[in-house]
This record gives sequence, C-alpha cells and structure tokens, in this order.
Amino acid sequence: MTALELRGVGRQFGALRAVDDVDLTVAAGTRHGLIGPNGAGKSTLFKLIAGTLRVSAGSVLLAGRDVTGLRESQRARLGISQTLQHSSLFLPLSVQQNVLLAAQRRHGNPGSLWPRRQAAARDRMGELLAAVGLSTRRSAPAGDLSHGERRQLEIAVALACEPSLLLLDEPAAGMSPAEGDRLVELVQALPREVTVLIVEHDLDVVFRVAESVTVLHLGQVLLTGSPSQVRESASVREAYLGTADRAELFVQGGPG
Amino acid sequence: MSTPADAETVTTRTRPVGAAIGLLVVVGLALVPLFVAPYETTIIGRILIFALLAVSLDLLVGITGLPSLGHAAYFGIGAYTAGWLTINVTAEAPIPLLAAAGAGALAAAATGWLAVRSGGIFFLMLTLAIGELIFQLAQSWESVTGGSNGLYGIPAVQLAGSPLVLAGLRYWYVLAVFLIGYAVLRLVSASPFGAVLRGIRDNEPRMRSLGYSPFRYKLVAFVLAGAVAGLAGGLLTAQQRLVTTADLGFTTAALALLAVVIGGAGTLWGPCLGAALVVLIRDALGPRLDGHGPLVLGLVFILTVYLLPRGFAGLAGLRFRRRPAEPA
Ligand SMILES: Nc1ncnc2c1ncn2[C@@H]1O[C@H](COP(=O)(O)OP(=O)(O)OP(=O)(O)O)[C@@H](O)[C@H]1O
Ligand SMILES: [Mg+2]
Repeated sequence: MTALELRGVGRQFGALRAVDDVDLTVAAGTRHGLIGPNGAGKSTLFKLIAGTLRVSAGSVLLAGRDVTGLRESQRARLGISQTLQHSSLFLPLSVQQNVLLAAQRRHGNPGSLWPRRQAAARDRMGELLAAVGLSTRRSAPAGDLSHGERRQLEIAVALACEPSLLLLDEPAAGMSPAEGDRLVELVQALPREVTVLIVEHDLDVVFRVAESVTVLHLGQVLLTGSPSQVRESASVREAYLGTADRAELFVQGGPG
Repeated sequence: MSTPADAETVTTRTRPVGAAIGLLVVVGLALVPLFVAPYETTIIGRILIFALLAVSLDLLVGITGLPSLGHAAYFGIGAYTAGWLTINVTAEAPIPLLAAAGAGALAAAATGWLAVRSGGIFFLMLTLAIGELIFQLAQSWESVTGGSNGLYGIPAVQLAGSPLVLAGLRYWYVLAVFLIGYAVLRLVSASPFGAVLRGIRDNEPRMRSLGYSPFRYKLVAFVLAGAVAGLAGGLLTAQQRLVTTADLGFTTAALALLAVVIGGAGTLWGPCLGAALVVLIRDALGPRLDGHGPLVLGLVFILTVYLLPRGFAGLAGLRFRRRPAEPA
C-alpha cells in the first residue's frame, strides 16, 4: 500500500524550476526523510503535496487516488496535514483554541451554531497538549509563546487533524535539544496508520526518525535510500556543501 | 493531567462579573419607560435598534474579519419590507419583523456569495458598491419604497390585536427584540461555528490547510448578519413608522462601522456602547451642535483609534488580558 505517490511533479516560478520532475513513492506507515541544501525545493514540494501550491506538471496520488485537481482543504479532509517551515498559527487565540480548531473538525461539530462542549475534541486537545509539553500554557495566547513552543504547538495542531499523511517541514528548527528529543520521541510514538514525511536540516533528527531518505538538489531527486546509504553517498555530500568533508554534513542547517 | 476546567479559569473568573453587569444593564433598560420621559425613551429605543445593527455588523467585522461598508443595505431592506407589509398586509407582530429578517437574509445571500470571495480592502469596496446599488434601487423603485419621499403613514405595530401606540410599550417591544437578536449573536459567537469564524479572521490559509472551506462559513456568517440587520430594520419601522432611503444609505453603513470600531470590534457588547455614542451625538446632540454632528463623530473616531486601539471594550480588557507580544 502506498500512502503517497508523486509522478513527474514539477513547479516553476518564472524561469526557476523549484521542483523538477520529481518521482517519489512512500509506503503507508513509513517515516520518510526529505533532505537537501537550502533552496533545494523541499518546502515547495511539501506545498505541492498538500495543495497549498498548484503543480506545473505531474500528478499527486494520495493512497492511490489522484488528488492533483483537489483544493488544499479537500486534500486535508482526505488526511493530509502539514506543519509549515514558518509557523502559521492563530496568534491572538489561546493555545487550546488553536488545537481545538483542528480537533473539532474531526471530533466535534464545527458547523454547529449553538454552543457545545465538544467533549471528544477537548479530550483530544488535552492529550495532544500534554504530548507536546504545552499543558501549562494552554490559556496563553499563541502569540505569547516562544519560538520553540510555537513549533510544538504547530505539531499539536497538525496531529489534531488526525492525518494519515503528516508533512513536517523543519519541525525542530529553533527548538532546544531537549525539545528536539521530545519531538523525535513523539514522531517515533505515532501509530503506524500515520505516514510521516519530514524535512529537517538537523540530520541527526532525520536519521533517528526516518527509515528511508530522499535527497533533493536543485529541485530534482538526487537519491532515495536508507539512512546509511545516504550517509555514505559521496554525491550527497558534494551536493550539500560542495565538499567531500563528511563532518560538515552534520552541522545544523542554516536559516530557512 | 489538568482538566479543561482549570485551563479555563482565566475566562470563567471574569464570566460571573460580566453576567452580573449584563443583568444590571438589562434590568436598567427594562425600567427606562417607568422613570424616563417619552422623548428620551424614544432616543434609547433608537440606540437599541442601532446597536442591534452594529452587533450584527460586528459578527462580520470583529469576529470574521470582514469589514463591510454596505451593511445598512440589509437594515434598510428589512425596514422597507416591514413597512410595506404593515401597510399592505398586517401590522400584527411578529410577522413584519420575521419578514424583515427573512428579507435581510435573502438579500445577504444573493449579494454575499460574491462579496465573501474577497477579503480586506476589496471586501470593503465590494460591499460599498453593493450598498450603493441597493440604495439606487430603493430610490428608483417608487411604487414599493416611495422613492425619495420614503414610506410613511405606517400603522403602529399590533400585539394580539392592540396597537402599540404608547412610547413605553413600543420601547419594551424594541428592547425585547433587541435582547433576542443580541442573544442569538452571542450564542453563535460562543459556538464551534463562531470559533471557526475567528480562525478565518486570524489565519484563513491555515484554516484551509486544516480542512475547512472558509467560503461556506463566511457566507453563512454574512447571511446571519444580514438577517439580524434586517430584524433591526424591522424594529426601526415599528419605532419611527417611517422608512427613508437614508436608512439604507452610505452614511448609516459608515456610522454602523464607526460604532463597531469605537466600541471594540469582536466583543459584541462594545459595539452597543459605540452605537449609543453615535446615536447620542447624531440625534441628541446633533441639533445643538449646529449640524456639526458628523465632525464631532469624526473627532471621536480619530481619538479612539489613537487612544483606544481596541475601542471602549479595550478598557475593560486591560485588567485581565495583555496584548500578545510579538517575539522576533
Ligand atoms: N513563492 C515563490 N515565488 C518564487 N520563488 C519561490 C517561491 N517559493 C520558493 N521559491 C524559490 O524556489 C526555490 C526552492 O525553495 P524552497 O523554499 O522550496 O526550498 P527549501 O528546500 O525548502 O529551502 P530551505 O532549506 O531554505 O527551506 C528557492 O530558490 C526559492 O527562492
Ligand atoms: Mg524550506
């Protein structure tokens, strides 16, 4: 069973081919890493999968179904959920309202014009806030959170959609090492019904989480393989830093 | 794990205070005809009607983030509908009112499916244009609206067969309908649907990626706001027994938006205070100000925008809520 299949997916911005003829198959239940230097097209590829951006070429299949023509909200209802590289939250709303907005669509009555308790959605919200370590901050406006806390909240919001395909774009960026560890544990503890695609500059995080890794360079797939294959590959090292020095592969990524 | 209940202490602690103040205000308003002269009673009735219009607009402006400059159109359509029905069919409450709300909703549905596709300044311009269009329509459709003469000689509303001619009785009628309309919007605002509207206001793209279709929610909000504005228009007809094109013109729409902004958008109760101020300056002080009412309103507006960026409601909020800071 494949969770996601990309066939010849491309996206141009003017003359720039940000994503160029990408083929990718991700089996259901796997944790797949997507790495590549700055500007490789990772975030753009995620947006093409989620439907935030339209493809210029190719098609996107979710669990065997062609979703290329579907809008972002429709794809989300089919089970795609993403966290963006640059936090996108409801800043004036409380932390719990942020999660509840996502949780109430699956567990509540989002169309109800009458006040409701939405106990199931609230329970789920409580669980997720505990899982990302924000239980004590639930009443704070999201705008009051630190950068690392916002990243955690992003993940809680994405998970509250109960996705079958979760796209994480640099979730650990700006997190402390302890927060990063919690993130890794959280992703590892996700049920196997959730397929995870993760973009991360912190390769340590990627190699701990991912079972397979795709390397993107100048919009094209350079290599897809196991973490050890990727680690050993000379072309990957070169693409990354224009150097064959292996140690540099593990430095923390630059600004997004 | 903490229960959702203690998570909400911040809001629940302030709730009894708010409820107590609300109850006091309602009791005070109910006592008005017993202690206040008929002329002043009528002014307070006008404030209530304008406040209902402002609250319905706040559902769009403050809660959904759609600043409308054409909201008086639905108010006016409600007023004309109620007036025409009262003259030609029946004056028996609540028929003219319900028809007014229905007409407001219908007109909002017919125009909203276009308007809510846009946002921000485009929404403002589009609603302005729609408002002008409906204004022109009212002016030229003389057989129904009376053109620039307006619709006059409207009989008094009847309740179970007896007409409400006394100012006090009419005031209670206005107050009762205002409270119902306000309560409906309060409930909607506290509902899951209301939460979705706030989500759209604060981050519409994110709502889409969470699987919501903002268009549907915005359209329902627009229709609901149109219905309550129509209801307020029906009340206007009952109170002043005269409808003119000024009631659905640009000035009324702009004053309603002014009331929302100076009162505090998104709070529902703030715009009621804003409406009171606007009506007092326009109607009560206006004659004494030598026609400089709009000038005074303009000054009040500039002052609030500078001194109270969140309106009057921001004053009450200062004690419990800091504005979320923007960390770099
Ligand atoms: N909306 C856009 N308009 C024009 N160019 C864009 C747009 N979005 C991305 N690009 C360009 O497309 C290329 C790929 O960008 P993308 O953000 O996908 O890279 P990335 O791999 O996520 O990089 P990073 O590691 O820095 O996050 C870059 O050259 C970028 O400047
Ligand atoms: Mg990126």
